[in-house]
Amino acid sequence: MVHDHDQAGPDTGKTSRLDEATGTHTVGHEWDGIEELDTPLPRWWLILFYLCIVFAIVYVILYPALPGLRGATPGVLGWTSRGALAADIKTADAGHAAVRAAIAAMPVEDLVKNPVLQRAAIEGGRAAFKQNCVQCHGAGAAGSKGYPNLNDDDWLWGGDIGAIAQTLQHGIRYPGDDATRISQMPAFGHDGILTPAQVQDVVSHVRVISHQEAVSAASQRGAAIFAQNCAVCHGANGEGGRQVGAPRLNDAIWLYGGDRAALTETVTNARAGVMPAWQQRLDPVTIKMLAAYVHSLGGGETSPAAR
Amino acid sequence: MIATDPRLAEPTHGDTPQLYAKRVPVFPRKIDGPFRRFKWAVMVACLAVYWVTPWLRWNRGAFAPDQAVLVDLAHRRFYMFAIEIWPHEFYFVAGLLIMAGIGLFLVTSVVGRAWCGYACPQTVWTDLYQHIDRLIDGDRNAQLRLHNAPWTGSKLARRLLKWSVWLVVAFMTGGAWIFYFADAPTLQRQFWTGVADPVAYITVGLLTLTTFVLGGFMREQVCIYMCPWPRIQSAMLDEKSLLVTYKHWRGEPRGSLKTAHRHLETGLAAVGDCIDCHQCQAVCPTGIDIRDGAQIGCITCGLCIDACDKAMAQIGRPRGLIDYCTLEDSAREARGQADTPVLKTILRPRTLIYFGVWAAIGMGLLFMLGTRTRLTLSVAKDRNPDYVQLSGGAVRDGFTVKLRNMEDRPRRVTVATAGISGARIFTDDMDDHAARGALAMVVPADTTLRLRLYLLGPKGAKPGAVLFQLKATDREGGQDQVRSTFSTPEGNGQ
Repeated sequence: MVHDHDQAGPDTGKTSRLDEATGTHTVGHEWDGIEELDTPLPRWWLILFYLCIVFAIVYVILYPALPGLRGATPGVLGWTSRGALAADIKTADAGHAAVRAAIAAMPVEDLVKNPVLQRAAIEGGRAAFKQNCVQCHGAGAAGSKGYPNLNDDDWLWGGDIGAIAQTLQHGIRYPGDDATRISQMPAFGHDGILTPAQVQDVVSHVRVISHQEAVSAASQRGAAIFAQNCAVCHGANGEGGRQVGAPRLNDAIWLYGGDRAALTETVTNARAGVMPAWQQRLDPVTIKMLAAYVHSLGGGETSPAAR
Repeated sequence: MIATDPRLAEPTHGDTPQLYAKRVPVFPRKIDGPFRRFKWAVMVACLAVYWVTPWLRWNRGAFAPDQAVLVDLAHRRFYMFAIEIWPHEFYFVAGLLIMAGIGLFLVTSVVGRAWCGYACPQTVWTDLYQHIDRLIDGDRNAQLRLHNAPWTGSKLARRLLKWSVWLVVAFMTGGAWIFYFADAPTLQRQFWTGVADPVAYITVGLLTLTTFVLGGFMREQVCIYMCPWPRIQSAMLDEKSLLVTYKHWRGEPRGSLKTAHRHLETGLAAVGDCIDCHQCQAVCPTGIDIRDGAQIGCITCGLCIDACDKAMAQIGRPRGLIDYCTLEDSAREARGQADTPVLKTILRPRTLIYFGVWAAIGMGLLFMLGTRTRLTLSVAKDRNPDYVQLSGGAVRDGFTVKLRNMEDRPRRVTVATAGISGARIFTDDMDDHAARGALAMVVPADTTLRLRLYLLGPKGAKPGAVLFQLKATDREGGQDQVRSTFSTPEGNGQ
């Protein structure tokens, strides 16, 4: 590659010459006697470079490439990453189809009789839980204030797999679902059913039956109030009532806290947590899988049918 | 490359040397002799091992493949006859590779570049391809003539024939490789019926191409320009390393038989034994002149020794003008002294240290192989939640437990815990009222069984260390145990 050289270069004033040692021309620049060789690009490099240009042109024609205001040029193949993902999901779904059909066909209580399907359901539920449930119940399903811990054996509405599935399907106090689990604790203090002093007495009694306080005059007064106002739902000894989702009070597990301030707030203004009816968003098989997963977290109870 | 290569000194532009040395094609002449026959034997052995190994069977029962040597990447198992290696035992492979490396050092320090000369795949396949050349194009001179001939129809036909044979060998080479990674008979059926995995065809294609190019066209250039091993070996050779040596004190000055006669008759200084017949160059597979001394292009295959011995026999001079010889012995012979005894050359600190390290690693691997556990347990404690407070006052911790059965048959085992008195365990497909002190289960053959295990500590249980115990209850027995911790609202036992 012999170049006609620009002889009027401002920084040189020198001309290109043939370098004897290499057989290559110099570019004509010279700095303190150091010259630059005009070595041609290696041919393999040039060929690769041109191939890359050809590749780029072909790519721009075939695939989405040039960005615009409303999206990129579509490309003649019509390929999109979203479409590729949809196709992958479809393939994956097809792979699960047989298992999902089998789970769909069986009552959720019978899953335990089929270890293979039970395992598939638990693992499927594990995935669905991460997508739909962790926002409230936490990644480890340990819950937080107002959101029950699903690992323990303290169930508001029942802990056998059928009860869990029903809670998932219809939700709790969820407007728009006629079969939703519903109950309402009275706001004893707020609505004037109990005076603030009586509320404090009841709180003392609840703290006594949950072994947080010793029996006192206040708690004894509270016991009488409890028997009249609370026992109908929470049980005579505070053992809870699952028919109405009334929590057990004589244990160490508290949904909203067991200290005096939290209990005072609960008795005064009541609590009413809400859970969505997931049948409006999830298919029946996923709900069964979620039930199997939650049941597998360690606190799951045996179905009444199996007992 | 080679400092004494005359090509480097060729002037092109005035007095400046040409920096690019064009390859001079090598057409080694056919030769017979002890080293050539040894090379044949090694070549046959190497190729046989390569082509036959995947087809050997080895009965491992119903739960494992019956291929003697199998690298089962899909299932992450490596089978070698009676040995089965799992990914977490990869240190066996690492150990073998280290042994191979040190073994090369050992071999180099004892017999020089024997690996390069006889066993290296590049050497073996280059040799094979050079035999094909001679079979189709004739010996050295015929090949040279054909090389210099213009491109006519018959030359093209010859070349196409030769390249086709090269391609067949290349295909057989590349094709055999994939059988190490899957059941050979099945894969072969799939391969020919077009239903094998694309990666099989791609692998065969690539290896066919590399064999075709490296064995057919690049040949000695791989050794001289591409391979790091000659350079490492050059650094490792010492005065007691075995080299192919031209005994210049005996050969120089070179001269034909006629010159020798004339010198004898005219009373000039006697010429050496080398008659400058260039046979050593003609047979060399890398095209070097060994009389220039030790050099990186010499793979020490010994073919020039065969050639020189043959020439010496024809003119009635003693053999061994070119011979395997250490630098030390060269100097001694030049001074007219006897060679160092072979044992003294071999048994020197360097070789003994290499051998010691090599053997120690080998013994260590054998010991580990003999004592490794085939039934193991691993336990990971849940951290979210760390513990679960239960209504009755009991506390439950969750664990992910892996039972690894590396045997080729199912194992009956029990899992139990120790350290928390009154503790009971159950899995995530059981209800807690079914919890008990120990769980019996079967770990399927060749499988890691993953369990979600719950440990129920009774009311009042203290946090602390807990020991998970795995015990095989079948005839063979075996056990493993792992420490973990039990957390309660009071703490995590640490």
